[in-house]
Amino acid sequence: MTILDVNKVTKSFGGLTAVAKASLKLEKGELVGLIGPNGAGKTTLFNLLTGIYTPDSGTISLYKDGEEIALQGLRPNKICSAGLARTFQNIRLFKDLTVLENVLIAMHKNIKYGFVPSFLHLPSYRKQEEKLVEDSIELLKIFNLDDKKDELAKNLPYGEQRHLEIARALATNPKVLLLDEPAAGMNPAETADLTRIIKEIRQKFDLTILLIEHDMSLVMSICERIYVLDYGMVIASGTPEEIRSNKRVIEAYLGEEVNNA
Amino acid sequence: MKKLIALGLTYAVIQILIMTNLISDYLQATLVTICINIILAVSLNLITGFTGQFSLGHAGFMSIGAYVCAFITLRNPTIFGFLIGVFAGALAAALMGFLVGLPTLRLRGDYLAIATLGMSEIIRIIFINLEITNGAAGLNGIPQFVNWTWLFIFMTATILGISNFIKSSHGRACISIREDEIAAEAMGINTIKYKVVAFVIGSFCAGIAGALYASYFYYIKPDLFGFLKSVDILVIVVLGGLGSISGSILAAILLALISTYLQSFPEIRMILYAAALIAIMIFRPQGLMGSRELSLELFGKLGDSLKSKKGRV
Amino acid sequence: MEGFLQQVVNGITLGSIYALMALGYTMVYGIIRLINFAHADVYMIGAYVGYFCMTFLNLGFLPSLVIAMFVCTVLGILIEKIAYRPLRNATRISVLITAIGVSLFLQYGMMFFVSANVRTYPEMTGIMTKSINMGNIVISMQQIILVSITIILMILLQFIVKKTKIGKAMRAVSMDKDAAELMGINVDSTISFTFGLGSALAGAAGVLVGVYYNTINPLMGTVPGLKAFIAAVFGGIGIIPGAMIGGYFIGAVEVLVAGYGNSMYRDAVVFAILILILIVKPSGLLGKNTREKV
Repeated sequence: MTILDVNKVTKSFGGLTAVAKASLKLEKGELVGLIGPNGAGKTTLFNLLTGIYTPDSGTISLYKDGEEIALQGLRPNKICSAGLARTFQNIRLFKDLTVLENVLIAMHKNIKYGFVPSFLHLPSYRKQEEKLVEDSIELLKIFNLDDKKDELAKNLPYGEQRHLEIARALATNPKVLLLDEPAAGMNPAETADLTRIIKEIRQKFDLTILLIEHDMSLVMSICERIYVLDYGMVIASGTPEEIRSNKRVIEAYLGEEVNNA
Repeated sequence: MKKLIALGLTYAVIQILIMTNLISDYLQATLVTICINIILAVSLNLITGFTGQFSLGHAGFMSIGAYVCAFITLRNPTIFGFLIGVFAGALAAALMGFLVGLPTLRLRGDYLAIATLGMSEIIRIIFINLEITNGAAGLNGIPQFVNWTWLFIFMTATILGISNFIKSSHGRACISIREDEIAAEAMGINTIKYKVVAFVIGSFCAGIAGALYASYFYYIKPDLFGFLKSVDILVIVVLGGLGSISGSILAAILLALISTYLQSFPEIRMILYAAALIAIMIFRPQGLMGSRELSLELFGKLGDSLKSKKGRV
Repeated sequence: MEGFLQQVVNGITLGSIYALMALGYTMVYGIIRLINFAHADVYMIGAYVGYFCMTFLNLGFLPSLVIAMFVCTVLGILIEKIAYRPLRNATRISVLITAIGVSLFLQYGMMFFVSANVRTYPEMTGIMTKSINMGNIVISMQQIILVSITIILMILLQFIVKKTKIGKAMRAVSMDKDAAELMGINVDSTISFTFGLGSALAGAAGVLVGVYYNTINPLMGTVPGLKAFIAAVFGGIGIIPGAMIGGYFIGAVEVLVAGYGNSMYRDAVVFAILILILIVKPSGLLGKNTREKV
């Protein structure tokens, strides 16, 4: 069952076409990779999917509970509420806030109390806040960050910051998770740990995941399908084996390295 | 529980001092100024310190509260009229906050500052030119209803209301805007809504402050609420620490005391203010408290660290 | 018709002042993204230096103008060095607040030393008292000289910015400070130079205003400064031709509103223009929209 349908999306900035008629489809529960050389438009595509840019043409549809939700043109916060969450290539944590606060903020839409209870700290407020904190700590446990919940985000080591980015995105209760280079800057041990976490959260939260990565060992090992982007266009898609042997892909991006992956 | 006792004590002590005439009229005026400035500073802190929206027009909201309240109490000089005046003034100011907040949302820091400054100046110029506000001469003889009790009630309500709000999820949403607006949106926060909310709450409280001002000092004119007044409030917030409510309270008290001390030398006061502003920004931009809060726990921690030092020889 | 043309003449005169000041705002914003609130007070000090030269040193108009420009250049460079340079990497709010502080410091410092009283520039003699009559339109020599000097200074500025090495450095630093540094440009001196240049123009404006409008006081910079800044925003902040266009536009609007509308509201109209521009096209007339890269 298709959960995300991106149809011929195009985005230009001035004279530069960053994404050109890109199409891709995600089936529910899949783990799909998006690869391509730097500047191919991968992050731009993510920005289009999450509403930071509006496509010049093309459609983006999310299928939820049998309904089709058109995402193009919606503001990022509405897209997030619809069920699409993301992490950022250059970590964008709330640096001067604690680990717990970062997650609490992402859980904001679970809040049902209005403004008056928040001014007066009525019992309804207190109860919901407690539950929110509980839920946040549970989430942090998965990433082994619960004991650092009162640490400022900027003080975390790099690898844990990347984990927190993912935890925060998960806190928004998404159906589809977009990960933008989650393994950037990680050593092999950290990458292996990340691989385990991605598999775990996919299963535990019933997610569909689209993953931008340059680390081929990660991509080839966990992605069920891969899309390849070059100069804003999808030049190939298929299983890891198919992509590995695709001449166009090898020319544009993979080179000879792929044999060692 | 501890909080309630502390509050009750504060109220009682000062009330007794007033009733036994230990606080002179002059000191009373200072006290009133402190309380009004606390309300102004805490509300501006919500907009600028917590939500990161740089507003240089806070005095404009204050003036709306002052004039609306003055209007109503001049025609209805009763306690009832006074209360209606305060709330009407606050609501009018809040409405202005909404009107200012909505179009200026997309503006970055310094542009927003200039836009809010412009709005505040437009309000001031309109007040100077309207007949019903008596133009530049201002309104005189406003019935005086404000006493320590009312001040205390409104000041406490503002402080508690805003600090409760900050601790809630709505408050966190505002803070996330300051931290990283794009990330906040990506996490589902409606940044437009919360920027406007911050402006509306902040301007509502500024309106209360303006109404209280009018109802104590019984004379208001447009020039009292110009750019200089907005800067005054900003200095308090910055000195106290952007993002610290207790900082704003401390700074308001401190600056009012300094002001009173330098009353006879207005230019020197401004020169010192200005020099202090520059010095703070260069050497301690986080102000007195940074974005931390003064709490009873802090005193507890201080006590602990002193104890442990004694133990170590 | 003649009334209108007279207003046009007045508008061009006023516009020249705003243009001179707007240039300073726009250059500084372009190079370090700071709204230099203190710029208006450098203008005020220029006016006072001119007053001092003419009244106590009995110097003529041109020497006083040059001296005022020189003093303001030095002042501008000093302000940058003492107050803004330490905050090169601070948050925007911090620098803006500092700029407000410097502005207040200059205003009240001046008030302390020379008192808040209004001073009057000495009477002009010779050619400065003449005027040309074209029908019912009067164009005073002062107006002609004011506008001419403004145009000369603006042409000089364009020359410096477009044709000299330091001008190229200014443009480079405005585009990308770090890259400019890596290319061997001395960013600190380039920024100082920019401040000096802008302040010189402000100083000139101050003297010209003193001569044309006659009275000066320590707070004279605030309102014109704000309007000049609005002019810079209107034309496109950071863009030099924009500041020139903006200055004349705001000058024209102000004069026309005062002449044909309600002079009480002329300031409000200028502020309203600001709000409108910020809502409709914040990058100004000649500006381009730049997005944050995500």
